[in-house]
Amino acid sequence: MSVALTGLEIFKQLPKTNCGDCGVPTCLAFAMKLAQAAAELGECPHVTEAAVAALSEASAPPIRGVEIGSGDSKFKVGEELVMFRHEKTFYNNPGYGLQLSTSMDDAVVDTKLAEAKASQFERVGQLLKADCIAVKNDSGDAAAFAALSAKALAATGFPLILMSDDPDAIKTAIDAPGVKDSHPLLYAATDSNHEAMTAIAKEADLPLVVKVESGSLEDLSALTEKVAAAGIKDIVLDPGSRNAADTHKNLVHVRRSALKSGHKPLGYPVITFPCEETDNELLETMYASLYTMKYGGIMVMSGLEAWKVLPLTVLRQNIFTDPQRPMQVDEGMYPINNPTADSPVILTTNFSLTYFMVTGEVEASKVPTWIAIMDAEGMSVLTAWAAGKFVPDRIAKFIKRSGMAEKVNHNSLIIPGYVAQMSGELEDELNGDWKIQVGSREATDLTVFLRDWSAA
Amino acid sequence: MAYSTPTQDMPGKIREVTIGTGDTAVTVGGETALPFHGFEGDTPNKPAIAIEIQDIAPSNWPEALTKEYGDSVNDPAAWAKKAAELGADIVALHLAGADPNNGDKSPDEAAEVIKAVADATDLPIMVLGCGNAEKDAEVLKKAAEVGQDKRIVIGPATQDNYKAVAGAALGYRQNVIGTTPIDVNLAKQLNILLGNLGVPEDMVLMDPSTGGQSLGYGLEYSYSVMERDRLAALQSNDEVMQLPIICNVTREVWKAKEVKTSEADAPEWGDQDKRGILWEAITALSMLVAGANVLIMRHPESIKLVKSAIDELY
Repeated sequence: MSVALTGLEIFKQLPKTNCGDCGVPTCLAFAMKLAQAAAELGECPHVTEAAVAALSEASAPPIRGVEIGSGDSKFKVGEELVMFRHEKTFYNNPGYGLQLSTSMDDAVVDTKLAEAKASQFERVGQLLKADCIAVKNDSGDAAAFAALSAKALAATGFPLILMSDDPDAIKTAIDAPGVKDSHPLLYAATDSNHEAMTAIAKEADLPLVVKVESGSLEDLSALTEKVAAAGIKDIVLDPGSRNAADTHKNLVHVRRSALKSGHKPLGYPVITFPCEETDNELLETMYASLYTMKYGGIMVMSGLEAWKVLPLTVLRQNIFTDPQRPMQVDEGMYPINNPTADSPVILTTNFSLTYFMVTGEVEASKVPTWIAIMDAEGMSVLTAWAAGKFVPDRIAKFIKRSGMAEKVNHNSLIIPGYVAQMSGELEDELNGDWKIQVGSREATDLTVFLRDWSAA
Repeated sequence: MAYSTPTQDMPGKIREVTIGTGDTAVTVGGETALPFHGFEGDTPNKPAIAIEIQDIAPSNWPEALTKEYGDSVNDPAAWAKKAAELGADIVALHLAGADPNNGDKSPDEAAEVIKAVADATDLPIMVLGCGNAEKDAEVLKKAAEVGQDKRIVIGPATQDNYKAVAGAALGYRQNVIGTTPIDVNLAKQLNILLGNLGVPEDMVLMDPSTGGQSLGYGLEYSYSVMERDRLAALQSNDEVMQLPIICNVTREVWKAKEVKTSEADAPEWGDQDKRGILWEAITALSMLVAGANVLIMRHPESIKLVKSAIDELY
């Protein structure tokens, strides 16, 4: 994801020979295609290295994307382009991390690791789970730190954050079995150790957190510039604030600096520590929720129990859904309250919100019911009807492929009240095989409707 | 590259609305910054929390919730006292029993309950109809009359009954909730219609989320519509949108299966109590972040959590 450059800005960097070798007649036309991401710079055989450098610098995302971990468990944070999700979308899910420390008992560590690993859920076709483990070296024993890091990795396969102020300890942990190849995030370069930390991160080619104690973004900005100048590209920021009000303020200011002021030293994702902001594990989860909505990149928690991870990851799924592409559920016949062949059949579309509202109300009604969910490209009933996706000929085809006729021994089909006008046409389309009944307009009125229902 | 704090000044200001009278009166709104952005504008009034009680014992609340209220759910006056003990800023009396499909209690019966609740607590009172537009027009009119001189809140006033409901509010100088489906333009239109009726802006709370939403069940739609409402009010200085926002967090949350399912039935979801408390509290927090000034809530522990978060962030 990159920031849009205008065609003219790109044009200035092209050879301006109009040779046509790129397949487009003029350099200006090629520049316009580049601006729309309809072509790639490499398609011009004559572009200079200086131009490539200038354009890639200028088109670099305002907030760098940083990858942590390797293989299937790797995740990427950053690359966000807007302050508010309705402006476009939020792209990369922030990560939730579990904090372990070398001073914890083995039994506590084992329990926490097991909880973190077990906390995964399937919802609307997505796997929801936590993302990483932050291992903190607070005993000062480098060997114990390395051993705990290797253990956490082996037990969960989750990406690691290696936390120590001591560069030698970080180095020891990187060398522990499997750790370097798992592409951990190193924590942290500070005022006092940044030269050594930068050297380690550079040599091992690993991402690095830049941290100040002061909570001051001015200080953080200055230190980040030094680390970046030393050649580190993959940076994560820790402004050092450890109370929710200051952390929230810093998150807002970092995002705004990067997007609105074009301030490159703060153009990185931010790591937060709700676990260090309160001893109350419920309140900690509230702060993690706040940072999920407002610009956190990684949230490190004291524990990743299922009751915490479920609401957090569902919130993340809600907030990071593309507002232009609504969440969809799979087409099919959904049995609610153990329906039989005598139960009513309700037809609706596969817009996730429609699905949730209808299934929720039907569940609450306690009436055994089949809900026939038709693929209408994730649109709500009225939108899909207006767009021609939820109309008699398409519905007729869906009824055939759904196997509805084999599920019930009656031939009554309930359609949403909002599309009552199509009932005659739909019956014709179905050659009279099904009798159409008009249901309620709102899902909230379904209980009454279903309790009074009988087959036609 | 020198850093300078990227402060954003907002030209707009949310209007203040006062609910109740005397020492317990609650004022909401008045801010000139986005929610929790006290670092760059005025945020004179913290969001208020209304605890929901009902005229009839709830039939569809999960046990995880009813156990918190014990026998008080059978007596609105006792329930109101309990709500006050739990730290409510406002008592929200939901006239669930007025629903033609759920008891069809008359406006006079509603009046009796409202009086009993008002006698039981000094807190400001909010009277919420059953959601049936026609019936609400009758019972909320009665509520406005019974609540005379108490500056209560009545609602919802919708597209279908706003003339009757807002008319009653106007007649008795009560506050009114304007409720619209999740859409910026519909919210704006209802605000204009209320204005055309002569309802002063300092008497209106807007509910732009159809009266409810829940984490996991379309929360993101309400969230983004509310963020847009707030940006219209503060950044674009659209006066029609500068009303405090109220959100009912309770109704959809406590229907969610993630809240109702026991740990025995869903061990993979973990502790049911904590899960339910967080489900309501996180939904509430997301509504505050998006711009809510008043929340209607149910679970005592969720309410405590939200209050702690508000205190920390203000």
